[in-house]
Amino acid sequence: MAFEGGEDGFAVTGPLDQLLAWARKNSLWPMPLGLSCCAIEMMSTIGPRFDISRFGAEVARFSPRQSDVMIVAGTLTWKMASVARRIYDQMPNPKYVISMGVCASSGGLYRNYAVVPGVDRLIPVDVYTMGCPPRPDTLLNALLTLQKKIDKGSTHASGNPRPAVVGLGG
Amino acid sequence: MSDTATTTSAIDDAIAAHAATFAGTVQPKTQDGIPTVRVPRDQAIGFLVAMRDDPQLRFRLLLDVTALDYYGQARDRFDVVYHCYSFESRSRLRVKTSCSERDAVVPSAVPEFPTAGFLEREVFDMFGIRFDGNPDLRRILMPEDYEHHPLRKDFPLEGIEPEKNYRKHGGVMMPRAPGAEPINGARSDTP
Ligand code: SF4
Repeated sequence: MAFEGGEDGFAVTGPLDQLLAWARKNSLWPMPLGLSCCAIEMMSTIGPRFDISRFGAEVARFSPRQSDVMIVAGTLTWKMASVARRIYDQMPNPKYVISMGVCASSGGLYRNYAVVPGVDRLIPVDVYTMGCPPRPDTLLNALLTLQKKIDKGSTHASGNPRPAVVGLGG
Repeated sequence: MSDTATTTSAIDDAIAAHAATFAGTVQPKTQDGIPTVRVPRDQAIGFLVAMRDDPQLRFRLLLDVTALDYYGQARDRFDVVYHCYSFESRSRLRVKTSCSERDAVVPSAVPEFPTAGFLEREVFDMFGIRFDGNPDLRRILMPEDYEHHPLRKDFPLEGIEPEKNYRKHGGVMMPRAPGAEPINGARSDTP
């Protein structure tokens, strides 16, 4: 991808899929699926202190029709499972999923009859985050990781899934 | 408020007097110091009402209805436990009654204490104890067509086919390769 031009404007040229990925990764609108305690950290991430808008993802939509990335923040129960799956199904393509916290990633400390042992049983997850709850920094790290993956085309949406696991560090 | 019993011993005496008329027995006090009375199943609601209406005691608030499972012990399997509170004497009361597994039915407190509605639904959901007279005895926590009662001691903690209801309503499961590697130390593929 290249920037061409001079003082009175410029043009970006490159293959279409790269341009699309570039546009998409910089305006990921999250669908905040806040299910329990992790949702508090997600709200903090969206708020001014951590400010997810620095990465173009501040437009949290509570309508799946208008969102690109679903952030599953919290403990998913089997009773809630069909709702989560339905919200995912309602999102327009291409869509991405960040699984926030150990509960969403693996069931976490709940190994019981009520909790889904990892949302990846129901929906394809692109980025898993560690932590109980993950710090807002970790969620931002997950977002940046997702942006890189969109760039490289290694998401479920682009048909070449290579899920990533992120913690605080890079 | 001069007609309300305020000292602990006066309250205990009044409770003991009522327990005798309802064929109940006062249990030894536990560490929390709450007086506990065990009454026969068919007397439980009458006893609660008497404790509520006694001008000296006035246990007007039914705080909680819960249950205990004594699975595998040589006694009636379930205890149903009521906790009451008196605003006047700022004291609490615990009432216990029991029922067997085969006849797991207890009279409902809803006609006298409407607040018992949700509490009894929870006990029904978790233990499978039915409350005779509860007008709306549906599950409250688990899916309505769930088949088990999770707080029974013979119910495995991991559940019995926990994804069954999700699948039943058309839920989609992700395909997983047989013997797939656990993700990031997650447990292996048991539901
Ligand atoms: S990972 Fe921890 S903080 Fe997050 S939902 Fe689970 S228990 Fe709550």
